[in-house]
Amino acid sequence: MVAACFMITLVLYTVATVSFLSYSLRRSEALSQVSLGLTAVGFAAHTFVLGARMFAASSSAPPSFPEALSFFAWMIILVLLVVEFRHQIHVLGSFMVPLAVVSLVLAAALPETEPTLQPVLKTLWFHVTLSMLGAVGFTVAFVAGVMYLIQDRLLKSKQFNVLYSKLPALDFLDHLNQQSIVLGFPLLTLGIVTGAISAQIARGSYVSWNPEQTWALVTWLFYFIVLLGRLTVGWRAKRAAYLTVIGFACVVLTLVGVVLKGHGVLS
Amino acid sequence: MHLIVVGLSHKTAPVEIRERLAVPESRLGEALTRLCSYPGVKEGVLLSTCNRVEVYSVVDDIEAGYGRIQEFLADAHLSLSSEQLTPHLYWHTGDRAIGHLFRVAASLDSMIIGESQILGQLKGAFEVALAHKTTGVIMNKVVKKAISVAKRVRTETKISEMAVSVSYAAVELAKKIFSNLHEKTVLLVGAGEMAKLAARHLIAHGVGHVRITTRTPQHAVELAAKFGGTAVPFDQFKDDMASADIVLVSTGAAHYLVGAEDVHRAVRERMNRPMFLIDISVPRNIDPAVRHVDNAFLFDIDDLKHRVEQNRAERVQEAEKAEKMVLEEVTTMLDWMKSLEVTPTIVALRTHVDDLKRAEVNKVLARLPHLSSQDRELVEGLASSIVNKLIHRTMVTLKTEVNSSSGPAFVEAARRFFALDQQPAPTQSIKTCTEPPRYQAKGSAESGVEDADPETSTHKQAR
Repeated sequence: MVAACFMITLVLYTVATVSFLSYSLRRSEALSQVSLGLTAVGFAAHTFVLGARMFAASSSAPPSFPEALSFFAWMIILVLLVVEFRHQIHVLGSFMVPLAVVSLVLAAALPETEPTLQPVLKTLWFHVTLSMLGAVGFTVAFVAGVMYLIQDRLLKSKQFNVLYSKLPALDFLDHLNQQSIVLGFPLLTLGIVTGAISAQIARGSYVSWNPEQTWALVTWLFYFIVLLGRLTVGWRAKRAAYLTVIGFACVVLTLVGVVLKGHGVLS
Repeated sequence: MHLIVVGLSHKTAPVEIRERLAVPESRLGEALTRLCSYPGVKEGVLLSTCNRVEVYSVVDDIEAGYGRIQEFLADAHLSLSSEQLTPHLYWHTGDRAIGHLFRVAASLDSMIIGESQILGQLKGAFEVALAHKTTGVIMNKVVKKAISVAKRVRTETKISEMAVSVSYAAVELAKKIFSNLHEKTVLLVGAGEMAKLAARHLIAHGVGHVRITTRTPQHAVELAAKFGGTAVPFDQFKDDMASADIVLVSTGAAHYLVGAEDVHRAVRERMNRPMFLIDISVPRNIDPAVRHVDNAFLFDIDDLKHRVEQNRAERVQEAEKAEKMVLEEVTTMLDWMKSLEVTPTIVALRTHVDDLKRAEVNKVLARLPHLSSQDRELVEGLASSIVNKLIHRTMVTLKTEVNSSSGPAFVEAARRFFALDQQPAPTQSIKTCTEPPRYQAKGSAESGVEDADPETSTHKQAR
């Protein structure tokens, strides 16, 4: 049942991706409602999957990486639906839903691994949830950054095409970028702190400089500088957009580190 | 009663003719009163804009009415003879007149399709006519309907969404850079007509602060007062640029007033907040190298024109949808006008009361089976006589008021008092508009006669 629902979710998100992409490339507004409807139904199925896992007995077991990815995808769609509800920016779906699909596909493809830090269940829960929420913030910032760069390019080159008319105003995207980092950064900070505490309890040391931890700290430092730059010397607009795209690469590398560690390659 | 429109527009007359015929707003009332003083002219609305002068009127007789209105138009302008005027005039009656008014209101007949001014102008013309009591039941209904059709077209199609004037294109672009114009500041450098128009559009869309600089300080102060902004000394405006989100340049200078370095500095001072620069001067006043400055978006007059061209093409597509809506609305309007005709109303009233009478008489007679045939006739006679007396005044009034200006009002009243529209009205062959109305400049007598044909005219049967 849960597995079937997971497949339904994946299929719905995939169809919604196609629908959103063709919405962005065609002048007609008709597809926006179809795409949103598909996403919303998919989201409901997804919520059921996650809810079932939560309640399914082993709620005491810490979340596996695929489960964390599934949660990540769920949050991405939640953010999309909230922003959509408040600002009606349909084109956002064309960027966010594909990301949710990718992370769900990975969640399905990666083998379920037993977490290495077995004994400290509570803090591990916090660590995974908070880190993933931080990653969601940076992902939304990345999407806003990419959209910003596209719109900036279209305006500069005076290409008033369909995408131009559908993308929102530059300052909205810059604001979305800033808000996402402002929310994502403290969450990642807490995620790293709880991760370090878990490591201390399990292994006796806060930091062991494996790829996951190294990249997590690099990511943290990077966004710290980005945030500081924005608030003090005006790293906003185009520069902020570029920086968040680079920052997202750090996030991805951190997650790759998690996978490698899970497989015991580098532990 | 016939609805007729006589006029000329940018499609049929050059500006030299239009400007001589245009009636200034201050003299509209007087002109309307004069129009309605012509015999046979019952109602009138005069629409006078820079692109069209049209008289919408309700007249007793189409041909006589056309003559009168033509006379009225020529009379107002002694410099223009009837012979000079006639070749430029077009005229429509009945469904085509309604269709024409709807298309005009919906801005389908405008020089720039989908522009929004015409609706305001029509409302203005209608208000003047109302104030001078030159409208009656028909004009009131038709013009109000035209306004609602225009609104429908605007909400259900994208015809007015896209900017089709250079000054408005600036607003559209501004909205792609700033999601909310309320907190934004626009700096006007120089004040050409187009720049002022663009500034007005920006203010109408919420721009909060206006700063103005011109070479003549006095001029800037005057303009600042007009726009509710502040004047900036011309030699200081470059230092002031950082405070402006939108910079609108249009001076007569023959060289670049704003260089890439100036913009670069301003953007830096703004902590990289985007800046929107519009250069509508020819020769250009902003160095094109500004394009390469990050977070500064420069558009010159050609960029804006290019945007306008694209939008125009899209509007034409939307106009096709709008035309279909107009046709639908004309049909509903015709149904209403049909109901205003006197003869069918009298017939309907007669049938209505006869039906009532028969039903009541039958009911009573069924209860009194013992009556002799003589008594039965008596009862029937009684009923007939009461019914006839009751409707007598209404019938007489309808017949005598047929040709008066308040005729349609009486018809409407009678139909409502007796609830005549709740039953199928007597059928009549009315030719409805099944194809897009054709508009041609009418000078020839033949085309006039063609329009006066009872088949196409809506109200012939009423008389």
